[in-house]
Amino acid sequence: MTTTTTKEAAQPAPDTGGSVLTATGVTMRFGGLTAVRNVDLTVDPGEIVGLIGPNGAGKTTFFNCLTGLYVPTEGTVQYKGRVLPHRSHLVTEAGIARTFQNIRLFANMTVLENVLVGRHTRTSEGLLDALLRLPRFRRAERASEERAMELLDFIGLAHKREHLARNLPYGEQRKLEIARALASEPGLLLLDEPTAGMTASETTATRELVLAIRELGTAVLVIEHDMRFIFNLCDKVAVLVRGEKLVEGGSETVQNDERVIAAYLGTPLDDDPGSAEAAEVREAEERTAAKAETPRDSAAQEGDED
Amino acid sequence: MTNSTPTTAASAKDHRTDDDRLPGLLRLPHPAAAALTAAGAVLGLLSTFLAWTWTAEFPGNLTVYAYPGGLQILTLVGSLLILASLLGGVYAVRGLRWLTPGGTRSPVLLWALGTFATTGFTAAAISVQLGGAVNLEPGAYVAVAGTLLALVGALGLGRDVAGDDAEPGAWRRFVGSLKAPAPAAAKETPGWVEILAICASCAIGLYVFAYGIEAEDGPPFIGFLILACFGAPAVGRAGLLRRLSGLAAKHRNVTLTAAFVAALLFPITQSNEAYTNIAVSVLVFATVALGLNMVVGLAGILDLGYVAFLGVGAYTAALVSGSPTSPFGIHVPFWAAVLIGAAVALVFGLVIGFPSLRLHGDYLAIVTLGFGEIFRISMQNLDGDSGPNVTNGPNGVTNIPDLELFGFNFGQEHSLLGFDIGRFANYYLLMLVFTAIVVMIYRRSDNSRIGRAWLAIREDETAARAMGVNAFRLKLMAFALGATLAGMAGTVLAHVEFSVNPESYKFVHSAPPNSAFLLIAVILGGMGTVSGPLIGASLLYLIPAKLQFMADYQLLLFGVALVLLMRFRPEGLIADRRKQLEFHAPPGQEGGGGTPAGEIDVPPGSGGLSKTEA
Repeated sequence: MTTTTTKEAAQPAPDTGGSVLTATGVTMRFGGLTAVRNVDLTVDPGEIVGLIGPNGAGKTTFFNCLTGLYVPTEGTVQYKGRVLPHRSHLVTEAGIARTFQNIRLFANMTVLENVLVGRHTRTSEGLLDALLRLPRFRRAERASEERAMELLDFIGLAHKREHLARNLPYGEQRKLEIARALASEPGLLLLDEPTAGMTASETTATRELVLAIRELGTAVLVIEHDMRFIFNLCDKVAVLVRGEKLVEGGSETVQNDERVIAAYLGTPLDDDPGSAEAAEVREAEERTAAKAETPRDSAAQEGDED
Repeated sequence: MTNSTPTTAASAKDHRTDDDRLPGLLRLPHPAAAALTAAGAVLGLLSTFLAWTWTAEFPGNLTVYAYPGGLQILTLVGSLLILASLLGGVYAVRGLRWLTPGGTRSPVLLWALGTFATTGFTAAAISVQLGGAVNLEPGAYVAVAGTLLALVGALGLGRDVAGDDAEPGAWRRFVGSLKAPAPAAAKETPGWVEILAICASCAIGLYVFAYGIEAEDGPPFIGFLILACFGAPAVGRAGLLRRLSGLAAKHRNVTLTAAFVAALLFPITQSNEAYTNIAVSVLVFATVALGLNMVVGLAGILDLGYVAFLGVGAYTAALVSGSPTSPFGIHVPFWAAVLIGAAVALVFGLVIGFPSLRLHGDYLAIVTLGFGEIFRISMQNLDGDSGPNVTNGPNGVTNIPDLELFGFNFGQEHSLLGFDIGRFANYYLLMLVFTAIVVMIYRRSDNSRIGRAWLAIREDETAARAMGVNAFRLKLMAFALGATLAGMAGTVLAHVEFSVNPESYKFVHSAPPNSAFLLIAVILGGMGTVSGPLIGASLLYLIPAKLQFMADYQLLLFGVALVLLMRFRPEGLIADRRKQLEFHAPPGQEGGGGTPAGEIDVPPGSGGLSKTEA
């Protein structure tokens, strides 16, 4: 990991119009490969923004640029008008928290401890405080724990506070990761595929949870492959294809955009080879579908793209 | 580890009523097996009042009638414990049932195994040492026969826990009969009873440790080890350890105080300077191992050159404490030497940590290993020949004068409340203060914002940074703190041993201190715990010190012990609270592949995070 130091001081922002997150011209190159090219994105307060795109489109790379895990080759990221430093712990301190595509909990720590680690940036007792155990330290610990328990109540895991994170079922691990991120009191929460591998009912519960997070006053930026989830949830959806932002707008705009359809399904060739066979297949399929009449979840559960 | 089935816990509960379903290795009728065990144990007990051999040449004098001595005492104690757990567990005699809150048959079997092994070993040792079985008196035959009877009976007692196949083979029946369910939740007992139990356990611990350290080298110590090897799991299977750790978690400060007092009383149980010498070394290395545990166990930094920081502290203290071979020729008071030693070690920790902590995993381990060797070689070469004369090269800094604090000369024997406290006992008491400080620092930093951040880094550094943890700074803090604590211990070590020389600070060496020894102590004892490294270092130092003939094979045996440990008890001898959850998940919790361990016996609110300390 590069941890190149850049100017970390607050710079006067050009015009962010009160938005929570403003990414301007973010470009990320790995050697000759340009993973993210000149992406602009704004998230306004109280907004839920979706980021979609086919596998390998650069969504997670873009996330990593936002959270300081990667230093973007070009472009700036501003949080509430301040340019963000390229250190992930400073980004979290500034107010952006994230979850990971592959769950990255502290597996051998308890549920409560996981959330308490999330409180790290909002507490300040150092080693000396811990050794001396003055009343100030105890007060701070108690306050942290109360706050963490509130969050566990919020996601419904309060009864499992003393369980080891690794022993939680999958869906609860996802929830715990969100609670851990919320513990740092973020103004913007980045969720990287929060419903990957979930059942339909768990997906619905996650949707409720994200909406509740919005009620808390936190803006949310979410990467997801589950289109139904995204279009039901987001105020605004941006589509990333081969590192570039294709479209941005409401669900309707994005769903009907031909370029988006093309990016997901491909474009027909000019002379349209095999169209006869395709028509045949389609016909056969329609026949079967009419017979069976079984609705199937069209949402693609696609694999990792790292 | 076999998989537990949901029925296991249920069938374990009603084992008292339904015996035939759960056969042990031998299929004996239950009353007969119990009676056989009892008879065997009584026979073993009585045999210790007979003579086992005709000559007092064998260590411990086993020739006297009606007066058990030496190895006979082990058989006596073993037989008594078989009887006690049999009466408490199998016969469920009122007043003794508290002895077996967990398994009821497996403790009997383990004690029987241990007693038979010790007794058999004694008989064999007598025959070998004195040249033939002809040297055995009838008492020895009675002892072997008695303990064998008890063992046969115990093997027929049946199992505590049902296996998962209906007709298991002999070996699986045997292994199955060594397993035990976790104790049920403890009944409410008055606070003073619990505190008394803690104090009694500390006293027993002190007595066992003192007995072991005082046992004569050779057969008596080996006999002690055999019995202890079977006894420790027996106490564990009986559920007493879990009960005790529950009590310890509930009365944390009482436990710490009791343990400290027990350690404080140790020198007065000793009449021989040689053993307090071992004890003070054990204490120094245990303290350093605990410091290393902070670096390895909490922050997850694999430091293979940790002993260098002990050396930094020892050298610093040696150079400023008025040794005639020190080129500085100054003699600062002890407290100043400690502070200087700790400060210099801190600086070294920062200097070494700053560049190397940017590396991860194996690379970091290799770099720390390199720095450790650099320290030793530098000390060797600062001899006036290949460099400026600071450390006297391979000869080391010698003749460090004994400490004198408040007119109390550590080199002389003092009489305290009628007990003679010799030179090493003085240093032992001094070192104990440092150990207490390190224990306190460890516990307090573990259970705090900083400690949680260390654990988070150990678990997943990227995620920790994404949660706002400044990983590099915190790792440097752990590394430097560990270095400081080792340096502090080193200042005492220099005084205890009169001299320091570079040869003792190697990576691997047949005698401690060396980095490998410290690391093995941490892993063997249990990473991330307080008592683990203390116990691990004690065992690793004590056993080779008492068994001189093993010295050549010491490293080989360490290796074998580690491999076996990783196979059978990966969390170390003492499992920390989290590892207990990791390897022995409570039934009904997902992801657990272990034996049904039951609820962790820590009352909510007293264990872990919500705990506050005085």
